Amino acid sequence: MEDLLAKKLVIVTGKGGVGKSTVALAIGAAAARAGKRTIVCEVAAQERLSRVFHHDKVGFREAEMAPNLWTISIDPDESMREYVLLQLKVKAMRDLLFRSKIFTYLAAATPGLRELVTIGKIWELALDERRVKGARPYDLVIVDAPATGHGVGFLQTPRTFANVARVGPIAAQAETLHKFVTDKRKTGVAIVALPEEMPVNETAKLEHDLKEEVGVAVDRIFLNGLYPERFSADDEAEIESEFDDSEGSVRSALRAALSERRRAVAQREQLARLEEITEAPIRTMPFLFEPDLDYEHLLELVEVAA
Amino acid sequence: MSSMAEILEGKRVLICAGSGGVGKTTTSAAIAAGMAARGKKVAVLTIDPAKRLADSLGLPELGNTERQVDPALFEEAGVEQNGGELWAMMLDPKATFDEVVHQHAPDEETRERILSNRIYQQLSSALAGSQEYMAMEKLYEIWASDRYDLLVLDTPPSQHALDFLDAPQRLLQFIEGKAIKVFMAPTGFAAKVAGRGAGVAFSVLKKITGVDLLQDLAEFFQAFSGMVGGFQERAKKVNELLADPQSMFLIVCGPQGDPVEQAIDFHAKLADRKLPFGGAVVNKVHYADPGNAETVRAALDDALDDDLAERVAANFDDYSALAERDGRSIERLEGDMGADCVIQVPYLDDDVHDLAGLMEVNRYLFATGAAERAEIATSA
Repeated sequence: MEDLLAKKLVIVTGKGGVGKSTVALAIGAAAARAGKRTIVCEVAAQERLSRVFHHDKVGFREAEMAPNLWTISIDPDESMREYVLLQLKVKAMRDLLFRSKIFTYLAAATPGLRELVTIGKIWELALDERRVKGARPYDLVIVDAPATGHGVGFLQTPRTFANVARVGPIAAQAETLHKFVTDKRKTGVAIVALPEEMPVNETAKLEHDLKEEVGVAVDRIFLNGLYPERFSADDEAEIESEFDDSEGSVRSALRAALSERRRAVAQREQLARLEEITEAPIRTMPFLFEPDLDYEHLLELVEVAA
Repeated sequence: MSSMAEILEGKRVLICAGSGGVGKTTTSAAIAAGMAARGKKVAVLTIDPAKRLADSLGLPELGNTERQVDPALFEEAGVEQNGGELWAMMLDPKATFDEVVHQHAPDEETRERILSNRIYQQLSSALAGSQEYMAMEKLYEIWASDRYDLLVLDTPPSQHALDFLDAPQRLLQFIEGKAIKVFMAPTGFAAKVAGRGAGVAFSVLKKITGVDLLQDLAEFFQAFSGMVGGFQERAKKVNELLADPQSMFLIVCGPQGDPVEQAIDFHAKLADRKLPFGGAVVNKVHYADPGNAETVRAALDDALDDDLAERVAANFDDYSALAERDGRSIERLEGDMGADCVIQVPYLDDDVHDLAGLMEVNRYLFATGAAERAEIATSA
């Protein structure tokens, strides 16, 4: 994980349901323990992160969840407001804009603007000299990217927007953001995948698209939810021979063992396939049998991932 | 809950909704195949199927039209079709958007102006909800062609299940372009909506955005303005179709956390909007009969060598914990929707990637009730 922790920004992406939030937090926890002032950003108002810490909703403010580990839930409307505030130095002008609601209309009429200001806020968090008055800089910013149909969508936003707006201050801002997310030295990209056929295919496609369409090389793939190899082929044969005549709970137990064995084998086939069809280094993360994830379990993941 | 065949009795449209990663595509394809095996002519619309599943159904490329799944595949899988047909389509949102523009544009010039506009070109990728809207549009188009007994729509993958329902309104609001009218006529409409000083505000805005962006927006909305009526008319019809008693929403979710909460939110939203709710399918459920740990351990010790017995027991402990968690989620769903409305599909050992796999899923979806499902799961 060292190489990821040396970045200024790490974007954690992947499809819905693969455990992006978990991985983002695990990286964040690893960084915080290494003494880095770290913030993990959520962008879809899900408040998943604060829930892990049994914390009240954090909303659009930076809140410390554990030593050195901060979170924020980035809201596009708040980001837009902040952006305008930072752009316009004259208070009377700002008041005028907000009162007239004209910026709200612009946001509604311009595809991608809300996403753009969201990335703008992430950029602001990662600045060595923060624009927000009195705000302290972070060593590392981690983004739990939104799950969308098109994985590249979020990262492509600045480029898309720069193309739409062409010239003018917003276009310039979009260009700055594009340079920022594609700056290999400062920005790392991690994809989270599951050891199943479709997620593996999607990961390969996402890695390819990020490279071709956005110009970003993936630094790391996290294969999440890998089952332990508890049973060998011999074990399987032995269990199978007992299975047919079993009943009740014992049958359930044998059944669970057989399922475990088959899934573990199928998952390793998918891992092998992932290694074959992707370029980035892969880290596996174990399936956690604990029904509900909390910070303790997360630290367990950090041990394995780091 | 009753069998999927019963739920779909007399239905023409089934919309499978749910958050990402819960097995929506598999469930949609399985139901479509199951109904085709019951003699219906069925089409399934999906946006992003697993390649292996698409390949195995003989649907190699993204076309924006339906293709029939070869009846020989049903034969190979040992499934009688009873005169039914299975068709499948992979939706291409951008192509659909272009088709819609072709349909509604009053003349060729307007059409070209729109298709070549920079804002328009970013629309289908950058505007939240446009994929969802295009899925509905295609659904309506195929429904209106009256070629099928049943249409199954696998909704586009999204962060939140609710995104699908909000999509048409969001898109309509966008193209109606109330917002842009504010910019373009700062003295007229703007004065009423935005309050006094909109003209000045507009010039301040220009400082932030640049003039080009505003001009492109104006150009786009102007070109689009002639088509807004057509869009509104169509959206109204699509909404009527969704609310029709012959339509039905099915919520697909997993047995834990966010997907369960989203399923409950979605159910409430359907009720709010008076949209027909058919039930929830919960995929990847862990079934277990935990029994008495000591008795199980003793029986395992008798049957297996010590070391293996211990590992099987430890594995079963973990598995039972997941089963217990899943059980709580199911209870929560049943409490919200009624026990009759929740169909559990167990966590199958293999990924579903062909017709035989879909039929395996259908043993649960089309079982007559929870008891039969548990029976199949435990005897597997």
